Amino acid sequence: MSAPNKSYDPVEVEALKPEVVEAARDEALAAFAAATSLDELKQAKVAHTGDRSALSLANREIGALPPHAKAAAGKLIGQARGAVNQALAKRQGELEAERDARVLVEEAVDVTLPYDRTPRGARHPLTTLAERIEDTFVAMGYQVAEGPEVEAEWLNFDALNLGPDHPARSMQDTFFVRAPDGSADSGVVLRTQTSPVQARTLLDRKPPVYVVCPGRVYRTDELDATHTPVFRQVEGLAVDEGITFADLKGTIEQLVSTLIGDGLELRWRPSYFPFTEPSAEIDLQCFVCRGESVGNPDRPCRTCGSEGWIELGGCGVVNPRVLVACGVDPDRYSGFAFGLGLERILMNRHNVADMRDMVEGDVRFTLPFGMEI
Amino acid sequence: MRVPLSWLREYVDLPAGETGRDVAERLVRAGLEVETVEQIGGDLKGPLVVGEVLSIEELTGFKKPIRHCWVNVGEANGTGDPQEIVCGATNFAVGDKVVVVLPGAVLPGPFPIAARQTYGHTSAGMICSARELGMGDDHDGIIVLPPEYEPGTDAIELLQLVDEVLDIAVTPDRGYCLSMRGVAREAAAAYGLPLADPALLDVPPANSFGYLVKVNDPAGCDRFVARTVVGIDPAAKSPIWLQRRLQKAGIRPISLAVDITNYVMLEVGQPLHAYDKQRVDGPITVRRAEPGESLTTLDGVKRTLSAEDLLICDNSGPIGLAGVMGGASTEILDPAAGPGTTEVIIEAAHFDPVAIARGAKRHKLPSEASKRFERGVDPEAARAAAQRAVDLLVLIAGGTAEAGVTDIAAPHPVRTITIAADLPDRVAGTGYGRETVTRRLQEIGCSVSGADVLEVTPPTWRPDLTDPYDLAEEVIRLEGYDNVPARMPTVPPGKGLTEAQRTHRRVGVALAGAGFVEVNNYPFVGEASFDALGLEPDDRRRRTVTLVNPLNDEEPGLRTTLLPGLLGALRRNIGRGNTDLAIFETGTVFLPKDELSVAPRPAVDRRPSAEELAALDAALPHQPRRVAVALAGERLPSGWWGKGSAAGWADAIEAARAVARAAGVELDVRRGQLLPWHPGRCAELVVAGTDRVVGHAGELHPRAVKALGLPERTAAMELDLDLLSADGAVRVDGPPVSGFPVATQDVALIVDAAVPAAEVEAALRAGAGELLEAIRLFDVFTGEQVGEGRKSLAYALRFRAADRTLTADEASAAREAAVAEAVARTGAVLRGA
Repeated sequence: MSAPNKSYDPVEVEALKPEVVEAARDEALAAFAAATSLDELKQAKVAHTGDRSALSLANREIGALPPHAKAAAGKLIGQARGAVNQALAKRQGELEAERDARVLVEEAVDVTLPYDRTPRGARHPLTTLAERIEDTFVAMGYQVAEGPEVEAEWLNFDALNLGPDHPARSMQDTFFVRAPDGSADSGVVLRTQTSPVQARTLLDRKPPVYVVCPGRVYRTDELDATHTPVFRQVEGLAVDEGITFADLKGTIEQLVSTLIGDGLELRWRPSYFPFTEPSAEIDLQCFVCRGESVGNPDRPCRTCGSEGWIELGGCGVVNPRVLVACGVDPDRYSGFAFGLGLERILMNRHNVADMRDMVEGDVRFTLPFGMEI
Repeated sequence: MRVPLSWLREYVDLPAGETGRDVAERLVRAGLEVETVEQIGGDLKGPLVVGEVLSIEELTGFKKPIRHCWVNVGEANGTGDPQEIVCGATNFAVGDKVVVVLPGAVLPGPFPIAARQTYGHTSAGMICSARELGMGDDHDGIIVLPPEYEPGTDAIELLQLVDEVLDIAVTPDRGYCLSMRGVAREAAAAYGLPLADPALLDVPPANSFGYLVKVNDPAGCDRFVARTVVGIDPAAKSPIWLQRRLQKAGIRPISLAVDITNYVMLEVGQPLHAYDKQRVDGPITVRRAEPGESLTTLDGVKRTLSAEDLLICDNSGPIGLAGVMGGASTEILDPAAGPGTTEVIIEAAHFDPVAIARGAKRHKLPSEASKRFERGVDPEAARAAAQRAVDLLVLIAGGTAEAGVTDIAAPHPVRTITIAADLPDRVAGTGYGRETVTRRLQEIGCSVSGADVLEVTPPTWRPDLTDPYDLAEEVIRLEGYDNVPARMPTVPPGKGLTEAQRTHRRVGVALAGAGFVEVNNYPFVGEASFDALGLEPDDRRRRTVTLVNPLNDEEPGLRTTLLPGLLGALRRNIGRGNTDLAIFETGTVFLPKDELSVAPRPAVDRRPSAEELAALDAALPHQPRRVAVALAGERLPSGWWGKGSAAGWADAIEAARAVARAAGVELDVRRGQLLPWHPGRCAELVVAGTDRVVGHAGELHPRAVKALGLPERTAAMELDLDLLSADGAVRVDGPPVSGFPVATQDVALIVDAAVPAAEVEAALRAGAGELLEAIRLFDVFTGEQVGEGRKSLAYALRFRAADRTLTADEASAAREAAVAEAVARTGAVLRGA
């Protein structure tokens, strides 16, 4: 590079002569235009815009010019470089578009190839159904309570107003646990209902009590399409001042609306349970046929067996004797309780034809239910 | 209880157009569980008429007897000429009145009737059997009618072939509905119609010359009415109407005296027993059994009696199991087998429900009588029921009622219940008002007096009504549950799920997210379950809670481990062609306590004492919640992308870590040894920083795998969730995140093959100090280069400081310190050093 010199005549600097600059520019434009691939363009870019390119070298000469000459030379080089960069960007765009149109197409894969490398899992629908019901009640302010499956007879029967000779006690075919002496008088059974959790809760907590109790229960039924000796219930219990049958009705209606949907009629049938009085069975209008299959052999309904109603479960106002046995003052407090059979709800809500499928653990049954229902 | 609609109408004047379904709907809403409404003879179509057999020609040359008959059917065939009919039955004679179905009719089936050629003759119709008419299955022969009916009379009405029957499942509190009287009372209330009570009869008063009866156990038998009828025609048969009502109610007609007692029981609800008076030896005594006594009951079974059994006896000893079943020795005699019974004693008694319930249970003899006594029979109906039976025996069997009337009654206290008139309002949450309450209680037979506080005397047939709430229920039920308003209680704010409940949900979600499918197995196990696992004879897990009455005698125990059920489900899936499996189960196991005890049965008129409650819980086994997984086949499937990987011991341990992470707990893994796991491939799972073993994971022992019929290398894990989260929830503090660059250093260490990698890692961590951010084992290598019985472990160490960029020297120093610690603790040699 020449040293700054006041008498230096820029015309004498070969590289800054306009015709030389213009030639370098034109050469670059021609090279870009001639590039047929992004690789060739990259080479042309290095050659014509890199540190060693003619225009870069010429640009460096400007620094050595006398001040009065710098502006003109700078403008000359700047214009040339601008044109070159513009042409480069333009060609870059053209070639990228070309590549996108051609190369990325060549890179195409068959995205319909099955990709199921991550094993799929699922939770059992009875588990998730219980959780959904729990959540409905938790949202109302209830707590979830649990109790043991092997339970004292006193809690499973006596505390619930089922004395030793109560006819209802033989209705529930109970598994009895063998006593230490080998006899049947252990006072311990496999719970036949989730209701002992009611008693436990009342013995544990002071009212107001609002709990739901999901759990497995046992009766000596043989497994078939509609029975299983081990099944699940969800029990609900509310004990507070001024609780009435009307509160029970409102609560069950809320549950049905959340769990199954609106617009279905409920039928409240008087029934009998020793631990509630009055007692009721709740029937839900069949949501498949809406009762239209009743007495109509041409349109049988599998879901309700053409009865028009589906049994949801039993309920009632807590018998004051239960409150007394659990140390709750029946003159101050009253309550309601209900129990729902989850298997039956699952069968109805999800069109499960055979209860055995819920029991046998075949993964093909459970997988479609995923993580929630 | 089967209730024929035609019979029900006798006591309640139901609207004419009301169908069985309509009545059922009303009764259901009043609390009777009508299970079915059976249409009897719904597809039956006449002409079906009375015929008189004019002639019988026995045809020969066929495989079975065939008769060619001419039958007078009156004008029913339109001509008045005799009808020509071929018949295969032989139990009728010329002159008998029979039931004839004519061409054009349809019998139940449906089975259309037409004239046809058969056995060389024309058969224009059929002579019918009871079975063909849908009257019952137990008579094969032709129905031979009493002689008084005119040929040509419509037999559909005569035999009451068209009817509807409501089948009602009666709940234990409504014993009175095991009678027409009780159901009619409910129907009357439901329709607001009057009831014609069949128990309202004129009954002569008791006198001193009735059959001699002694009641030695007035607690067991507080009422005993006895009547006698003599001069009965032993050949008299039950009339058609009586037989038909019994058949529709589901009771087989047997003989006139027995049919009458059954009929009255169905009508009034009072079980009766008829003794052949001439076979009873002396006075009747009611007492408990004595040691060594036995009784042969009507069903021919000789029963050894227990001291608690309540008996009916005569001089010969027991002649009946009171309220359950009569004895064979005084049974009414069948006239077909000799001289029939001509004199009977009718017993209408009232027995203690508990005594009868226990007796029926003890002898496994639930009878129509015991079913009613257990649920409570109206003690005041005994006299009317006996009278009704006497009347029928006189009317139908031509007997003479003797004037003696025995009626032994223990004093029955009048039960009066005091109820606040607004109690039903407060229970239901609505306003009925005192007048409605009073009216409804009167409708069910109560006598009611008082104003704001009512004095209510329930009727004798409602022993279930004992307290004010029973009465409130009656009012609410009769007013209709549908008419109770719905409202929501004001629930105080809740706290949501407990920490344990949230953890249980997270564990399920974590395992399902990791590709495991949840199963639920029965908890029943037997010795074979433990044998298959290969457990030692003295293994603690063989000690189970045992059931007295298991479903399957081979599996009397409750699980002490989830594995038997889970591995059973695994095998079942494999058997169905599901080969690549990862399944899990959560649930309780049942571990007997060291000290076994019997649970007490505290009184129920108060809260149990703290000691009683403790004793209740002490009698229960430990019931911890467990989670278990089992894997077989490929864990990661092979596919077009390349080879997958087989499920194995490491997947089982990884599942345990997933569970622990979901519970917010870090697990340490140690080499373990527990059957049914492979002795060299079993990990003991320990809560980090403690010595608390919470479970095991790894590959199953090959012997267990073989015994269970599972694929080789099946892996499993079982972990105690309660133990895992015993420390409660840990609140995580947010870690400071350093923005300074990371320095990564690799190190390969050669150690003895027996040295657990976990120890090497622990040493490296300890030695590296605070600058170590993460450590990762990226290669395990064995081979000649590292020497026999040795392995090379290659780790990537990531160092970072919170406050500065580490220099290369600092990072190297930390690495050297880490290596030095590993060398010191595990005898490791730096590879390549």
